Amino acid sequence: MKPLLKVSGLNAWYGESHILHGVDLTVGEGEMVTLLGRNGVGKTTTLRSIMGIVRKRKGEISFTGADLMKVPLHRVAPHGLGFIPEERGIFSTLSVHENLLLPPAVAKGGMTIDEIFELFPNLYERRSSPGTKLSGGEQQMLAIARILRTGVRMMLLDEPTEGLAPVIVQRIGDVLKTLKQRGMTVLLVEQNFRFASKVADRFYLMDHGQMVGEFPVSELSARMDTLHDVLGV
Amino acid sequence: MQAFLGQLLIGLINGSFYALLSLGLAIIFGLLRVINFAHGAQYMLGAFFAWLLLSYFGLGYWPALVIAPIAVGLVGAVIERTMLRRLYTLDPLYGLLFTFGLALTIEGTFRYLYGASGQPYATPAALAGGTNLGFMFLPIYRGWVIVFSLVVCIGTWLVIEKTKLGSYLRAATENPVLVQSFGINVPFLLTLTYALGAALAALAGVLAAPIYQVSPLMGSNIIIVVFAVVVVGGMGSIMGAIVTGYLLGVAEGLTKVFYPEASNIVIFVIMAIVLLIRPAGLFGRDA
Amino acid sequence: MTLTLDIEKPKEKNPVVVQTVFLGIGLALLLLAPLFFYPVFLMKLLCFALFACAFNLLLGYTGLLSFGHAAFFGGAAYFTAHAVKEWGLPPELGILVGVVGAAFLGLIVGYLAIRRQGIYFAMITLALAQMFYFFCLQAEFTKGEDGIQSVPRGHLFGFIDLSQSTNMYYFVLGVFVIGVAIIWRIIHSPFGMILKSIRENETRAVSLGYSVRNYKLAAFVMSAALTGLAGGVKALVFQFATLTDVGWQMSGEVILMTLLGGIGTLIGPLFGAGLVVTLQNYLATSEFPVTIITGLVFMVCVLVFRRGIVGEFYHSRLGRKLGFEHRQ
Repeated sequence: MKPLLKVSGLNAWYGESHILHGVDLTVGEGEMVTLLGRNGVGKTTTLRSIMGIVRKRKGEISFTGADLMKVPLHRVAPHGLGFIPEERGIFSTLSVHENLLLPPAVAKGGMTIDEIFELFPNLYERRSSPGTKLSGGEQQMLAIARILRTGVRMMLLDEPTEGLAPVIVQRIGDVLKTLKQRGMTVLLVEQNFRFASKVADRFYLMDHGQMVGEFPVSELSARMDTLHDVLGV
Repeated sequence: MQAFLGQLLIGLINGSFYALLSLGLAIIFGLLRVINFAHGAQYMLGAFFAWLLLSYFGLGYWPALVIAPIAVGLVGAVIERTMLRRLYTLDPLYGLLFTFGLALTIEGTFRYLYGASGQPYATPAALAGGTNLGFMFLPIYRGWVIVFSLVVCIGTWLVIEKTKLGSYLRAATENPVLVQSFGINVPFLLTLTYALGAALAALAGVLAAPIYQVSPLMGSNIIIVVFAVVVVGGMGSIMGAIVTGYLLGVAEGLTKVFYPEASNIVIFVIMAIVLLIRPAGLFGRDA
Repeated sequence: MTLTLDIEKPKEKNPVVVQTVFLGIGLALLLLAPLFFYPVFLMKLLCFALFACAFNLLLGYTGLLSFGHAAFFGGAAYFTAHAVKEWGLPPELGILVGVVGAAFLGLIVGYLAIRRQGIYFAMITLALAQMFYFFCLQAEFTKGEDGIQSVPRGHLFGFIDLSQSTNMYYFVLGVFVIGVAIIWRIIHSPFGMILKSIRENETRAVSLGYSVRNYKLAAFVMSAALTGLAGGVKALVFQFATLTDVGWQMSGEVILMTLLGGIGTLIGPLFGAGLVVTLQNYLATSEFPVTIITGLVFMVCVLVFRRGIVGEFYHSRLGRKLGFEHRQ
């Protein structure tokens, strides 16, 4: 089966710093794949390079058959790719409602506003507040919700559970499971592999800007030793 | 009393121009992080366009009010697209220096072509004359300037705060990269914003033409005062820029009544005072 | 990026040798110049070169763009002209009055402007300089639109007659050399190092415990004082002080000289001043609109020539071979 996203030999730089040294990964349609790795190995850079936020890149990025390397940043989303940054990026000068409606729809099949408020009832209650008056967990919900509205086929999620209380983390896990049921493809960056193990199908292990391992969720317990080594936990 | 009200009126008129111009500056700075020194020159261009349209094409005030801003906006768009946008990644001082050079070039060109003295521009017939309000005599054109500029200012504020396009602008001001990743064409938004700012300046210029003389120097005279206005008001807030513009215009007008020698520096003095007691500016939201 | 660092390292001795050679040649040229050029033209050049170097202390080394330095230049010109003409002070004391006056103005302007960061700083200096311009327009002692005319050059130290062009030239040259030497000393002192660190990363300087505001203010006052030195001397050279010297166009001119010559280089402003003064002289007689050219040069420089003449030279292959470090 042809993968939805195929990355080969991706090298990327922040200025003079060479961060990614030939990253290879694939994500199939409907899969939830997680990138694991310590801080600073290039997980976020991988997502940002795929999306096109990092422009100094070499290699191949193919999404739904299209070569993303040549696409300017503002034309990537219409291919069906959405990005939720680590810092969530909720706009303080916009209300929750405006934040939600900001990303334009790129395809049919996105969640309707009603469906979104059903999935995230607390967002409905807070819809007129300024975006940044929300709690961390609510902001994460909002960040996910506004991408869902646009009808993208695949989401790049950067550390969704970082800094959130266990109760909220659980909630986010539920949201991801719901998304999976709806057929959303997700590439997830997570340090909390226990959380990831509950939702992901497959894992990539990253170190020093490269992939050093790949395994399905079924092999997770068997790989614990390797994980402890590479992740340093 | 007449003198007082007369000066108050003049103060409101000047304030209208200060408000319109600092509004344009604030919008451009908000999104592009560039201080548009050429704003005064674009204001002058608006006035000159109106004069040129009348002198060479016989087109009067009302067409000029529409054509001049569009023309100047288009020129601004071209400048942004070809030159200004190369400077966004640099220290903001380069944007200031570039637009300073642009202002000099524009002003120099018109000074070369038309000399330093001003050309008169007649008040449009529909707005000529005045009415007696009982407590004072109000020239209709002056009243028009105040009302129209207020409408434009509030209208612009509404567009920015209440519309979808405005939300794109506000979001892009905060995080342009993320907004681009959503699929919004931020580069085009930047061009549009600069063009809009330039058009606002040109609109102010057309409004100014019947009141002040149309002179190549009118831009540089006013831009420095407008800088002081935005320092006082802070550029983080659109409404702040508008309110400060009117306030300082009135302050200037009142000073002319009580202490005329100081009237051309009172805004700078206010700026100095504000810097001492409230450095972030009256409505300061940015550092 | 190719690693040129390894190749350049062994030549560390070169920069000092090369710089001394260049310095020697430069001085020799300046000493002999009156034989080939009009002294007044040369003196104008030296005054503006000092002005630009003093300005660059603030822009290139501290990272502060002042858009109102004409206030110090023209202000000092007024102060010196008044002191020499109305109070009868000898030239050296007259210039001192100019310097002190400029430093005092610098203290006020700097104190107010430093309260805002970044680009607001530039706008504030512009506005305050404009305020000073209006003050000069209306004040008694500046004689409004006419300016102060017929300023006597006097006798330096009581016996050197400065109305003789040659004497005046070497005096101006001496002042210029002293001024640049002072700037050089400031840049290469611990104080100068701190200024550089503020320019490069202000937040880090703050976190290291430096009271950044005081350093900025000190740099501002020094720059204003040295600018005042240039302005005071200029008043004596041309024997008048006018409103043009305090106008915003003058502030723009010195920025152009610095930009053209090379922000952040010590002698860049000298070349920039030389170029601009020569160009102005050449265009003064023709119908050519100087403002348009100035504006265009500004735009071109900012777009494609940000390093300036000297900066580009340092960055070029010849410059790097000679051991000059490439500064941004």
